[in-house]
Amino acid sequence: MQVSPQGGMERPSALHLFLIFARIGLTSFGGGLSGWLLREFVQDRAWMTEDEFLNGLSLSQALPGVNVKNMAIWIGYRLLGPPGAVAGLSGIILPPAIVIVALGVLFAWLARFPLTHLALDGAAAAAIGLSLVMGITAARRVRRGVVPLTVMAATFVTVGVLHWPLLWVVLAAGSFSVGVEYARLARR
Amino acid sequence: MPGTLLDLARVFAPLSLVTIGGGQAIVSDIQRQVVDVHHWLTEAQFMNDFAIARMAPGPSSLLVTLIGWQVAGFWGAVVATASIFGPTAFLIYGVAHLWMRYRGARWQEALERGLRSVAAGMILAAVYVLLGTLEGGWMARGITAVATVALMVTRVSPLLLLGCGAAGFVVLRGLGVG
Repeated sequence: MQVSPQGGMERPSALHLFLIFARIGLTSFGGGLSGWLLREFVQDRAWMTEDEFLNGLSLSQALPGVNVKNMAIWIGYRLLGPPGAVAGLSGIILPPAIVIVALGVLFAWLARFPLTHLALDGAAAAAIGLSLVMGITAARRVRRGVVPLTVMAATFVTVGVLHWPLLWVVLAAGSFSVGVEYARLARR
Repeated sequence: MPGTLLDLARVFAPLSLVTIGGGQAIVSDIQRQVVDVHHWLTEAQFMNDFAIARMAPGPSSLLVTLIGWQVAGFWGAVVATASIFGPTAFLIYGVAHLWMRYRGARWQEALERGLRSVAAGMILAAVYVLLGTLEGGWMARGITAVATVALMVTRVSPLLLLGCGAAGFVVLRGLGVG
């Protein structure tokens, strides 16, 4: 198993990896972390090739789990094996986790002012825009076929309108959809 | 309290396994569990947390860390965080091995393509649920629409965008609009 960086590049220490992931975790707002990771590890440091990175990215998106956390484990593992995976995971999660609790406490204190509620309502409204753009981007990448579009619509209705439990919807729709794609690929 | 910690783990650990296509996809189910099923937070509290999570740096799924903190303090935050990130961390770790060994296999491509449509439906469902919960009527929805367009046609920083949303809403309300 080749886990060291290629091309005679210096091998980062686990602490170094942790600090890089912590910095990215703490300076990225409103998503888009994958773009930062690409810039850091492929473009700036050349610790992995773009191909290796993109393999990890598609995997991180297709598999369950928060994308950027999956990506941090993938990159950490590729660069440094198990210690790298741990460094990536803890670096991308722990520092921002502390920040969000601090923010929650701060806003709970600010909650005595009516203005805080208005501001948070406005911020939440804009934040939904972030989600919507992500939804539109994802929908654009769905194959234009009867089955994928029906699966997408059925998932939307059962989860969003009918409020069915997500776990069962994903298991049912996911296995059906993956099965159909597998059969398509097999015919090709 | 241990019962609450157990409930937090029971709610968030299964959700971690269906987080496909990004943390946004499970927001509607988090809301259902936290507000409707367990009554840990009110709808308004949940929306505040959602806004804070989107404003804060890092993965937006840290929303559950904040909820855990509010429901059961320090250990609530720890349990919620471990539950949402833990199970799939082992999964991706194992798959990182398999991926290298069976590079380009048909099942990999089928998984990736098949899950795409499900993920898109889930994310859009989350948006639909959030829009229904949003306070502030048509004006707030207008801000959502403007934010969406701004994100699609410009490279505006998300933090700046949320700040403008907050300021815009306060100013419009101050002017007595809506």
